[in-house]
Amino acid sequence: MRAALLIAAKDLRQRLRDRSAILVAIVVPLGLAFIFSLILGGISGGSTVFEYAVADEDGGAVAAAFARNALSSIEDQGIIAVRRVGSAEEASQLAADGKVAAAFVVPPGFSQAVTSGRPAQLQVIGNVDQPIGAQVGRAIAEAFTADLRAVRLAVATAIHGGAAAESDAPALAEEAGRAPSPLAVEDISATRRELDADTFYAAGMAVFFLFFTVSFGVSSLLEEQNDGTLQRLLAAPVARASILGGKLVTSFLLGVVSMTVLIVGTSVLMGASWGDPVGVGLLVVAGVLAATGIMAVVATLARNVEQAGNLQAIIAVTLGLLGGTFFPVAQAGGLIATLSLATPHAWFLRGLADLSGGGSAASVLPAVGAILVFAVVTGGLALLRLGRLARP
Amino acid sequence: MSVLRCNDLRKTYGDLIAVDGVGFHIEEGETYGLLGPNGAGKTTTISMVAGLLERDRGEVMVDGAQMTTRSVRAKSAIGYVPQELAIYPDLSARENLRFFARLYGMAGAEMRRRVDEVLSTIGLSERAGDKTKEYSGGMKRRLNIGIGLLHRPRLLILDEPTVGVDPQSRNAILESVEELSAAGMAVLYTTHYMEEAERLCDRVGIIDLGELKAEGTRRELVSMVGGRDRVRLTASGDLEAAARATAQLEAVAESGVRDGGIDLIVDDARHELPRLLETVSGSDASVTGVEVTEPNLEAVFLHLTGKALRD
Repeated sequence: MRAALLIAAKDLRQRLRDRSAILVAIVVPLGLAFIFSLILGGISGGSTVFEYAVADEDGGAVAAAFARNALSSIEDQGIIAVRRVGSAEEASQLAADGKVAAAFVVPPGFSQAVTSGRPAQLQVIGNVDQPIGAQVGRAIAEAFTADLRAVRLAVATAIHGGAAAESDAPALAEEAGRAPSPLAVEDISATRRELDADTFYAAGMAVFFLFFTVSFGVSSLLEEQNDGTLQRLLAAPVARASILGGKLVTSFLLGVVSMTVLIVGTSVLMGASWGDPVGVGLLVVAGVLAATGIMAVVATLARNVEQAGNLQAIIAVTLGLLGGTFFPVAQAGGLIATLSLATPHAWFLRGLADLSGGGSAASVLPAVGAILVFAVVTGGLALLRLGRLARP
Repeated sequence: MSVLRCNDLRKTYGDLIAVDGVGFHIEEGETYGLLGPNGAGKTTTISMVAGLLERDRGEVMVDGAQMTTRSVRAKSAIGYVPQELAIYPDLSARENLRFFARLYGMAGAEMRRRVDEVLSTIGLSERAGDKTKEYSGGMKRRLNIGIGLLHRPRLLILDEPTVGVDPQSRNAILESVEELSAAGMAVLYTTHYMEEAERLCDRVGIIDLGELKAEGTRRELVSMVGGRDRVRLTASGDLEAAARATAQLEAVAESGVRDGGIDLIVDDARHELPRLLETVSGSDASVTGVEVTEPNLEAVFLHLTGKALRD
């Protein structure tokens, strides 16, 4: 154990003098997290407020229900901001000028058409530069028209069943519109499993570059082989396991230190909210172990330092992208979301998301367990194969 | 007790027999040279001796302990200096030495004192704090050897330490080895330079194609090929009479006058030289110069393997 620690201390000293290691471990992930958060935070984060224009050219009751009631209730939740304008042209121009994400236009005769059962159109004019905002606007309009269809169905049922006369249709429609929905789904899990943009990119970049950082340790075995110093270590009264152990300890310590610095740095500089320190600590330790195991296995597949570096970069980038460190791929659903769970990155981010909703350290245990499975499997493989590197 | 004793070493790589049946021993204060061309099996042999390679067969005992790749005790008795530089370029000489000193179990004030001693021995005290990547080739070589000396090993293994070294550094390395040997350290020295083996080694093992062809002192090896010493006496006076007189001596096989001197073929010239000089002086000739040429290991190697040492 003493020899392993001596080798680890020597390796750490060498790494501290190697500016590229500090760049990869701390400076680049911190910088990229900041840049991504700045650029993409408005798209993927929860703090964005989309702005819309609405032009009510109808003036009827149904139009008012949309322009005042429906939009206002969402606006009150702080999700959107609404600019009410006098004409369809003005609303359309605001969207064309990029000043709003989309413009809603309620055409003349809209309310009359709805209440009389004739086809009615609610227009949504999207801003091509804000596709997500436009999509959200379209979803708001569709949700409103779905409500209208439900009201129409209720009124038609009442009239055809003889419970009301056709002349009572407007009153019935108003009453049906006020009726609460019989079933509401409150998506608690979604609320709790969503990281804000700053935290998402801080965590994503930290775990993405963690794989590069730990590779400095395990790859140094190949460097020692290349430089001839491995022969000298092997000729010393030191067990081969101590040499391998020293390299793994180096990787582990580099990973933990870089993650700790990034967590503190992004919290202070970017306002990232990582959550319960104990839970974060568990995730970090598990993540570092998994990254070390994976990078060690990859190193054993290489014939020299250069090849190991290339292979490790390919694996780190592929797993990072698949694991959703750059984009929340889990939200895409389907195969890609399922595949992402085959990476420790996805579990790391999922664990953090569990914490971000105010979860305790215990809430990350499933994610920690999943990450440790990666660590145990790849670490075991690495230990079986690393012996072949510890040869002169 | 021998510091190193190895018997019947064999190592194969697939169908290639790298070393076969090699055995030798080294006593305290003795320098043993493994002389052979590149690819002869020298490095494979010392890799087994140093515990870097598992052998297929045979035995290696270092300071009474069995050497294997896992043998901590036997490895503690060895100082290994690999052929290629094996130092950390981004650490200073002092940091390199301290790291390896700690690996060999040294610590505290004793370790610091020993590191300073070695730095002084290898002449790097003044540059001890500089990163070794800033050193000249010769300085790196000296540090490479210094690391092997740190723990005062019973056996120092030097694998072709002068390859690619400038003449000045080479001479410094050879002098260091001579001093260490004089101080009682057993040295195993591999080289393909005949001159180094002749200068440094008390005994030499000639290795080729993985086999130890012969071993012994330089004189023993030379005598194997029936070699006699060639002596040239530069002299004035009656050279013919002097040549005839020396030809009567039992150790002299031939004697003749040529180019203002007397050329002789002699058994054991070093031993016979006083009598030769006395005989010439007694023949009305005076000697002004003596040159003795002994048959060298190059000739022995040629005789044993049918090829030149540097083929």
